[in-house]
Amino acid sequence: MSTQLDDPRIIEFDVRTDEMLVNMGPQHPSTHGVLRLVLRTDGEVVSETTPHIGYLHRCAEKIGENLTPRQWIPYTDRMDYLAGMNMNLGWALVVEKLMNLQLPEKARHLRVLIVELNRIASHLVGMGAYGLDLGTFSPFLYAFREREKILDLFEEACGARLTYSYLTVGGATADLPAGWLQKCEEFLDQLLPVISEYHTLLTSNAIFVRRTAGIGMLSPEMAIDYGCTGPVLRGSGVDHDLRRDGEQRYTEMYDGYAFEVIVEKDGHYPKDHDYPPVPKQTVLGDCWHRFYVRMLEVMQSIDLVRQAIDRYSTSTGSWGEPVKLTEKLPKGEAYMETEAPRGQMGFYIVSNGGGAIPWRARARSSSFCNLSVTHELCRGCLIADVPAIVGSLDIVMGEIDR
Amino acid sequence: MSGTAFLERLKSKFGDKITGENLSAIDPWIEVAPHGLVELCTYLRDEPDLRFDMLNCISGVDYFEPDEKKAVKVDWKPHTEVVYHLSSLPSKTTLVLKVILPRWKDDKPGELPEVPSVSGVWSTADWHEREVYDLSGVTFTGHPDLRRILCPEDWVGHPLRKDYQMPLEYHGIRGR
Repeated sequence: MSTQLDDPRIIEFDVRTDEMLVNMGPQHPSTHGVLRLVLRTDGEVVSETTPHIGYLHRCAEKIGENLTPRQWIPYTDRMDYLAGMNMNLGWALVVEKLMNLQLPEKARHLRVLIVELNRIASHLVGMGAYGLDLGTFSPFLYAFREREKILDLFEEACGARLTYSYLTVGGATADLPAGWLQKCEEFLDQLLPVISEYHTLLTSNAIFVRRTAGIGMLSPEMAIDYGCTGPVLRGSGVDHDLRRDGEQRYTEMYDGYAFEVIVEKDGHYPKDHDYPPVPKQTVLGDCWHRFYVRMLEVMQSIDLVRQAIDRYSTSTGSWGEPVKLTEKLPKGEAYMETEAPRGQMGFYIVSNGGGAIPWRARARSSSFCNLSVTHELCRGCLIADVPAIVGSLDIVMGEIDR
Repeated sequence: MSGTAFLERLKSKFGDKITGENLSAIDPWIEVAPHGLVELCTYLRDEPDLRFDMLNCISGVDYFEPDEKKAVKVDWKPHTEVVYHLSSLPSKTTLVLKVILPRWKDDKPGELPEVPSVSGVWSTADWHEREVYDLSGVTFTGHPDLRRILCPEDWVGHPLRKDYQMPLEYHGIRGR
């Protein structure tokens, strides 16, 4: 039957809008892993977002109750697989806290060097993948080009490119090979000028600013209430960085290092004079600011790695021999958080004493808390802004589901 | 503020709701009775000189030794602990609270122990409590939406309880 319209008003009378449930994921490419978001939408407007997680749950905590702390190190790699070194460090530090183990100076500088290098790699992926979320492909390729060189350096140091298990309880599994520091310095010299290219591609790009400025506003109070940490918290203007404000056992690693916490003060970020100014459309706490904090943290980490190279090469002593695989744990419990690229990564260990296997191993994930604020950020936004908001949190599902 | 002075202050305010402490531990902790938990947490968050505004982590720890030979050697009675790690951004201090619960409510096996939810005090507790419920089997009364978060909704049992048995099969997948 042909559909002839005598009176167009009739069909308009029939058209009505309904609330609709839209499933985003678990295989959506812009969800950084297997995250499923159920959106309640009315037309283009999202009224409610419900994240469903657990698709990548690998029972890490249960496994941790059956292995010695050093044997669990490889499982921490697989939590935040983009920053394996930072995960290793978090767990190693908490076990050392329980054992009351002090590290030689050289081992501490080695750790700073390695984790800050990994932070650069992780933020580069965060930046590239965020561009991908917003529909630009090239920054992703540039970011991976630079990250590849960091992975080459890591491969030379420990043999692995993604799941390192390099930093471990007592220090590291091996010292850096000969000539490594020089390669690392060459890489940093080459990386520095490239960063301003990324700023041209994204930070000051008109389309990018339009997609991120004023979207996903997170107030400082809400960020603290939801336990958001890392660049997400600092992007809201809260001056908090565990490398400066954390526990003494962690901050002593950074003793004597010159660095400023990346947070906005009076419309400016520290050391941002070489970079595009903060666009007028942006509001503190939106997606753009979270992204910019990460970009500036790359610069900060380059600076820290350079300082660490100097200190490492001039300090004497051991690089930190790891403890025995079956080293006995004293009775007690310890909790500690470190500043991983995505926020504060906490580990909790409980030991009954007498054995090498902990009674309980617990991981507090930074992305887990950062993701829990999504439903607040996405309320009332457009469907197209959901990837922009979730991407700006820079989550890694391996860490959320553990 | 020193640990003892802080503890005296809490004890004078909350009396017998503070049921224990260990100030010599690596991370000194204070034990609180379940019925005083929400009141204490609100106080810790709102008091101007304390301002514990961030809840870092909630962990459930099950103390139970399934092996009878080993069970006679341990120096504790079976119980479940819920551990709250708090921190204060303004004063850069941390605090550990513990709630000690029986393994089963009223000692009836299968009845999960109960503790009041603090999701009204810190919003981040919402997901953390769901995780503790899912994995350690503690019910949080007053929680707005207490369902499993990491395991599938139809999963049976709470894997981090020490007497947990892997299911024989789950939707045709062999378990053990």
